Amino acid sequence: MATEAKNMAQGEKMNGANRPPLPIYLDYQATTPTDPRVVQAMLPWFTEKFGNPHSRNHAYGWEAEEAVEKARAQIGAIIGADEKEIVFTSGATESNNLALQGVARFYKDRKNHLITAVTEHKCVLDTMRHLEQEGFNVTYLPVAKDGLIDLAELKAAITDKTVLVSIMAANNEIGVIQPLAEIGAICRERGVFFHTDAAQAVGKIPLDVKSMKIDLMSISGHKIYGPKGIGALYVGRKPRVRLQALIHGGGQERGMRSGTLPTPLCVGLGEACAIAQREMGAEAERLKRLRDRFYAQIKKRLPEVYLNGDLERRLPGNLNLSFAYVEGEGLMMGIKDLCVSSGSACTSASLEPSYVLRALGVEEEMAHTSLRIGFGRFTTEQEVDYAVEHIVSSVNRLRAMSPLWEMAQEGIDLKSIQWAGH
Amino acid sequence: MTGPTAQPIYLDHNASAPMPPAVVAAMAEAVAEPGNPSSVHGFGRAARQRIDGARRAVARLVGAAEQEIVFTSGGTEANNLALGGVGAERILVSAIEHDSVLRAAPQAERIPVTADGVVDLDALDAMLARGGGALVSIMLANNETGVIQPVAEAAAVAHRHGAMIHCDAIQAAGRMAVDVGALGADLLSLSGHKLGGPTGVGALVVRSGIALAPMLRGGGQERWRRAGTENIAGIVGFGAAAQAAGEASGDTEMLGAWRDDIERRIRDIAPDVPIYGSEVPRLANTSCLGMPGVKGETQVMAFDLAGIAVSAGSACSSGKVTPSAVLSAMGAAPDAAGEAIRVSLGRGNRAEDVDRFVAVWRDVYQRARRLRQAA
Amino acid sequence: MSYSEKLIDHYENPRNVGSLDKNAADVGTGLVGAPACGDVMKLQIRVNEQGIIEDAKFKTFGCGSAIASSSLATEWIKGKTLDEAETIKNNQIAQHLALPPVKIHCSVLAEDAIKAAVADYRAKHAGKSEAAE
Repeated sequence: MATEAKNMAQGEKMNGANRPPLPIYLDYQATTPTDPRVVQAMLPWFTEKFGNPHSRNHAYGWEAEEAVEKARAQIGAIIGADEKEIVFTSGATESNNLALQGVARFYKDRKNHLITAVTEHKCVLDTMRHLEQEGFNVTYLPVAKDGLIDLAELKAAITDKTVLVSIMAANNEIGVIQPLAEIGAICRERGVFFHTDAAQAVGKIPLDVKSMKIDLMSISGHKIYGPKGIGALYVGRKPRVRLQALIHGGGQERGMRSGTLPTPLCVGLGEACAIAQREMGAEAERLKRLRDRFYAQIKKRLPEVYLNGDLERRLPGNLNLSFAYVEGEGLMMGIKDLCVSSGSACTSASLEPSYVLRALGVEEEMAHTSLRIGFGRFTTEQEVDYAVEHIVSSVNRLRAMSPLWEMAQEGIDLKSIQWAGH
Repeated sequence: MTGPTAQPIYLDHNASAPMPPAVVAAMAEAVAEPGNPSSVHGFGRAARQRIDGARRAVARLVGAAEQEIVFTSGGTEANNLALGGVGAERILVSAIEHDSVLRAAPQAERIPVTADGVVDLDALDAMLARGGGALVSIMLANNETGVIQPVAEAAAVAHRHGAMIHCDAIQAAGRMAVDVGALGADLLSLSGHKLGGPTGVGALVVRSGIALAPMLRGGGQERWRRAGTENIAGIVGFGAAAQAAGEASGDTEMLGAWRDDIERRIRDIAPDVPIYGSEVPRLANTSCLGMPGVKGETQVMAFDLAGIAVSAGSACSSGKVTPSAVLSAMGAAPDAAGEAIRVSLGRGNRAEDVDRFVAVWRDVYQRARRLRQAA
Repeated sequence: MSYSEKLIDHYENPRNVGSLDKNAADVGTGLVGAPACGDVMKLQIRVNEQGIIEDAKFKTFGCGSAIASSSLATEWIKGKTLDEAETIKNNQIAQHLALPPVKIHCSVLAEDAIKAAVADYRAKHAGKSEAAE
C-alpha cells in the first residue's frame, strides 16, 4: 500500500504542469492517424482535380492518371518492387483475400494446398477456411512461445501440391517479425509462391521483395499514416504470379482488380510510403527508445508483468503485456485516458481471449490480462511517462480488489481450485 | 472556334463528377480521424459515429433502412458482391449492363433491349418461365445513353417467377429519385463518385431477409457482409454527397433544359444524326450523340483540344475505346456504334457551356463533311 | 459500447471492496466464475444472530461491468435477510447498471455470487439450525 500511495503521489505530480494532452493514443497497430503531410497531398485531388484516371482522352483524366502512377512508383520503391507489380485495392483485407483466393483458384487444376500460420490476421484465416470449404487443403503452422514459426516445420509441410505459403511479416497483436528471407528462400527453392501480409510491417521495418524472394505482399494505407480505404497488393513478375480477380468489371489494374481508382486515396498511400521510406531509420530508433523506456519502467514498478512474444524480433513500436491478476478490459476502463486495446481491434468487441496469445501457449487466464500498447509517429516521451504512471496506479488499484491477486499473495495455487466457470 | 486558352468545360459527369464544397469539407475533416471504428476506446467510437451518420444519409437517399446498407470500395465491388453473394443458380442480366455486372457473371444469360435501349420485359418473362432460382440484374439508368429502365416492372415479373432482382442504380442515384422499395429491388448498387461523392466508396443495399455471402472475409465489419477497416473519409464524403443530392433535386430541371437545347441545336445543324434513347425517358443530364463518319475517339480528341471534356464508349475500359456494346445491343451497326460520344452535364456547368459545345460540335461535323466530300 | 453513469460510478468508486475472515462462523463466502473465462467474483457476507446481513465485501477480477455488478450486489444485500438477498435477480442488476447485452453475464455472475455466499453461510450453520428446531 505504501508503494501505491507513492505511485499515486507521482501520478498527481504528473497531472500538473507536465501532463500531455489527453486522451493519449497508444493503439498504432489498430490504425494510425493520417499524417498531415499526407492529407496535404490528398486535398487537391478532392477539389480541383477530380478526373477519372481511366478517362484517357481528356486532360482531367491524364492528370489523375499521372498522379496515380507516381503513387504506384512510391509504393513500389518502399518494398523494392517495380511499379508495374503494384495493384491498388481497398485495403489489406482485400489484398489478402485477393492474394489467397486469386492464386488458389488460378492454379487449382494443378495444385490444391496452401500453408499459413495460426497467428495470421483474421482475414487470412477466414479466407483460408473458406478455401477449405471450396475443396483446398490448408496447413496451419503452429508458432513457438516467441511467436515465430519453425522453418523445419514449414519445409516439412510443403508438398508438390502446395501452391502458396502465406506468412505475415509482423503480427498485429504481438508485433513479432517472421523470418521472411528464410521463408522466401525455402519457398523459391520448392517452387511455391510466398505471400506475406505486411500491413503492419511496411514502413516500419526494411522490406525488399526481391532479396526476400516474396511473390505477393499485402499493404495497408491506414497502418502507415495513410488514409483508410486504400491498400495495395504487390504481385511479382519474376517469377510471374497469376491470379484470378475477385472484383471484375472495367479491367483496371491489368484485369486483377476492376473499379475506378480513387485518385486521392492512391496519392495518399503513395505519399505515406514516401514519407515512411525517408524517415523509417530514425523513427524506428526513436520508437524503440520510447518502447524500451516504457517497458523498463513498468517492469521496475510492477511485479508479475509478462511480455508476450519475442522482444528482439519485434516491431519497434509494439508491446503486448499481461498484467497478471488484472482483467484487460477492466484495466482499459481504468486507464480511459489511454487508448490501447485488449486483443486486436477487430475482435475486441467480442469477449474471447486473443487467439494469437493462445497460440503462443499463453494460458487463457493470462490472455485475459493482456493489453496491446502501440507507439507511433506522434507519440512523445511525455506521453509514455504519463502512460506508465496511469497504468501502474490502475494495476495496483485493480490488484487490490482482485480475488486472484489476494489468493496468490496468500500462496494459494490458483490451479488447485475447482473453478466453476459459467 | 473557341481556342484552348478558354476556361475548360467538363461535360463528363457520368465518368466522375467534382465534389460540392460541403462534401470536400466533411472529408477533409474525416480524413484526419485517428480512430479505427472497430476499437472500443473513444477514438474508435468517434469514428464509428461518423460512419453511422453517413449510413443514415445514404439509406435515406434511397429509402432503405440503415442496416440494409453495406459500404464497399465502390460501385464495381457492389455489383460483384450482389451477383456473387446470393448464390443464384441462374443469373439474367440486361445486354446493356455495365462491365462490372457483365464480367462479374460471365455465364449470365442476356436479356435483350429494344432499339430505344429499354429492357424487353416480355423476353425477361419468357426467360424466367424456364425456371430455376434466378437473379435478375437490371440497371436503373444506363451510363452511356441515360435511358431509364423499367425496374419496378421487371421486379414484379421477377418476383412473380420467384426470382430475385438486383438493380445497378449507380448512374441514376443523385440524378433522379431512387426508392428501393418502390423499385421492388432486393439488392441495389450505389457509387459515391457518381453522385458527387468521392471515388473509392460505394454501397450495396441488401433488403432485409436477403442472405448475402461476403466476398471479402476477415473482420466483422458491415455486419459480416464486407470485411476490412472502413474507408472513413470516403464513407463520410459519400454520406454528405447523398445528403446534398437529396436536397439538390432542382438541378435536374435545369440540366434537362440545357441537354434538350444541345440536342435541338445539333438537329438543326444535322437532322440525320442519331441521338440514342431520345424517344424514351432518360436521365436529364445525359446525351448520347452520333456523328456519322467520325470515330468517337476522334471527336473526343477534337473536343479536348477545344478545352471540352466528353467521352466515347465507357471510361472504365482502361483507355481502350471499343465500339459501344450498349449501342450495339440497341441494334446500331458497328460503324455507328463507334461514332457516338456521351455528353453528361452536372453541377458546375453554365448556360454558356451549351453554346461552346454546340459551336465545337458544328466545327468538327462540318470539317468531317468537307473532308468526306473532298474524298 | 458506452457505459451508464451508474456503472462508471461503481467501477470508479466501488463499494465494499475487501475481505472478511472466511473461517469465521458468521461469514459466508461465495467464489464464482473462473480465471479462464475472464471473471472471478468473491462475495462475502457477515450475518448477525437475527439472520440479517450486516456486512458484505467483494473482490472481483473482471471487466468494469463485473466490478460494478459485484459492487452493487454488496450494496443491495446489506441489511437484508438471507431469504431476501436470495431474491435479487440478475436482470435487476443489469437494468440498474444499464449493462450492454454482451455484459449481461456479469450480472448473472453477481447473482450467483450472492447465492453462493448465502449457501456457504447456511452450510456452516446447517447443524446448528437443525438443533434449534
